[in-house]
Amino acid sequence: MIKRVFLALACAAALAGCASGVKLDDVPVEDKQSTAVTTPPSGTATPSTADASRVAPVDATRGSTEAAGPTGVARIVYFDYDSNVIKPEFQALIEQHARFLKANGARHVVVEGHTDERGGREYNLALGQRRSEAVRRALELLGVKDSQVEAVSFGKEKPAVPGSDETAWAQNRRAEIAYR
Amino acid sequence: MAGITSPGPVREPDLEDTKERRRSMDLRAPWRRRELIALLGAAGAGPALAQFRVEVTGVGLTQLPIAIVPFRGEAALPQKIASIVQADLERSGQFRGIDAAGSPELDETSRPDLSPWRQKAADSLAVGSVTRLADGRYDVRYRLWDVVKGEDRGGQSFVVPALDLRLAAHHIADAIYEKLTGDKGIFSTRIAYVTKAGTRYNLWVADADGENAQSALASPEPIISPAWSASGTQLAYVSFESRKPVVYVHEIASGKRRLIANFRGSNSAPAWAPDGRTLAVTLTREGGSQIYTIPAAGGEPRRITQSGSIDTEPIYSADGRSIYFVSDRGGSPQIYRMSASGGDPQRVTFTGTYNISPALSPDGRWLAYISRIGGAFKLQVMELATGTVQSVTDTTADESPSFAPNGRLIIYATRQGGAEALMTTTLDGKIKARLPGRGGDIREPDWGPFRR
Repeated sequence: MIKRVFLALACAAALAGCASGVKLDDVPVEDKQSTAVTTPPSGTATPSTADASRVAPVDATRGSTEAAGPTGVARIVYFDYDSNVIKPEFQALIEQHARFLKANGARHVVVEGHTDERGGREYNLALGQRRSEAVRRALELLGVKDSQVEAVSFGKEKPAVPGSDETAWAQNRRAEIAYR
Repeated sequence: MAGITSPGPVREPDLEDTKERRRSMDLRAPWRRRELIALLGAAGAGPALAQFRVEVTGVGLTQLPIAIVPFRGEAALPQKIASIVQADLERSGQFRGIDAAGSPELDETSRPDLSPWRQKAADSLAVGSVTRLADGRYDVRYRLWDVVKGEDRGGQSFVVPALDLRLAAHHIADAIYEKLTGDKGIFSTRIAYVTKAGTRYNLWVADADGENAQSALASPEPIISPAWSASGTQLAYVSFESRKPVVYVHEIASGKRRLIANFRGSNSAPAWAPDGRTLAVTLTREGGSQIYTIPAAGGEPRRITQSGSIDTEPIYSADGRSIYFVSDRGGSPQIYRMSASGGDPQRVTFTGTYNISPALSPDGRWLAYISRIGGAFKLQVMELATGTVQSVTDTTADESPSFAPNGRLIIYATRQGGAEALMTTTLDGKIKARLPGRGGDIREPDWGPFRR
């Protein structure tokens, strides 16, 4: 159990190396901050007629924050192969997070769904989404407000554990509850 | 791009036309001043990748034998035009290079003695020159000879800045390829792909031979599903940089990008409509992965699939009227086709229980996709008119197929010897070329359109 918590915290820490969370809007955010990294060549054509071969690099590196949730509670639900069914042993975990979120109505979680490495990237993104939505539905059934939970997927892109055997795969088929 | 090109192949002055002989065509569209980009590209992080290496596995192939003599003037340059042309033609698998060692010095003005070339069993001979002009640019010229008939097949002149010498060679390879096969060449096209080195992801744009890779995007989080617009000036892709998948439309030359899908949940699988005004994407905003269309400029999405299953990986047909996509509404993922405005889908794949990642040839005759067969993920090519399917690789972790714009080659990602690599294959699987990832992993290729 302690090991699980450490694993969960390690995973959360690893995931924390990136941008702060996105607002849960239904309207697309227009990215007004898009960077033109290069200047057009001096004294020549306007940008629209400039280099058909030019490639301007964009760096998406950002800082990170991770918010706190209920202490001492595991954050990862694991799944069987090809399944998004929440097994009984994870019900208590979900109930604890539901309790926390109902008591702290201003808090938000993003449930991050993952798959093991087998299969195509986009289809696995959709399978991971099924897992995160299963957890989201479970939280909402326990009374958590819809606006407090967003379900996303990383598909097979962010395995918790490297390796190509069932031990690794079992640890990668998961949904993580991340407070943002 | 104002005042640049006409659609289709750029017409060059024929060297036989004496009026045109002194005037070199300065092709403003594909040749760009790339000094800044070369600096940035070189300074950027990431692997400098080698060229694709050809592996011919078929027997009894018809390969056109061609001899390409070193171009007069190329010895002094870092870019050996003749070798680039030869490598391009050989990589297509449709040409066999004839050794040109010991050839007398020839260029596009020569009247070569063709009998030694007949003796070497060459059907064609290409000769040319590279001349530095007073303003620092280069005039690259070639002429193609039909060795069998003893006929001059014509030639062209390309005036380019030094940084575009490789591109001039690729255009010559395209021109020779088209003269001798009747098909448009793809040697001057570009590819996009993603590399991962530790926790560093890069989206690269490179020439079709793997050279000249420049980073369009660097990120500490994954990048997947790059998709070229038909104009070749923009890439759509999925980025996880904000810790959820969102879709950007990214103008390559300027680095300007627009976040077009950041709806609730996951946003992924962008596909361009041929007119460039719309994209199809997979959104989960209403729960579950469903396909929507959205204006390329951003705006309200319109849902076009209606199922409680996973519907994803949309791609448009070349006429923009149909969308092929993956759905597991039948219990496991298969490929379907529907009208681009939505409507009753028809199932297209019937072999096996797991078929994903559709790619369509530009002429609409062929469908490439990935099939899971006994645990292995294998590239399949289906002839749509008959439904016949052929497995075209002997690897077991194939992903992400994409057709070259002439419909003759497919690029895909795979694993070989424990490392990720990009491969191209002819549609019959007989000729393959391999581009290994250097150090890091390489995946998610997408083949760009013909250059304008």
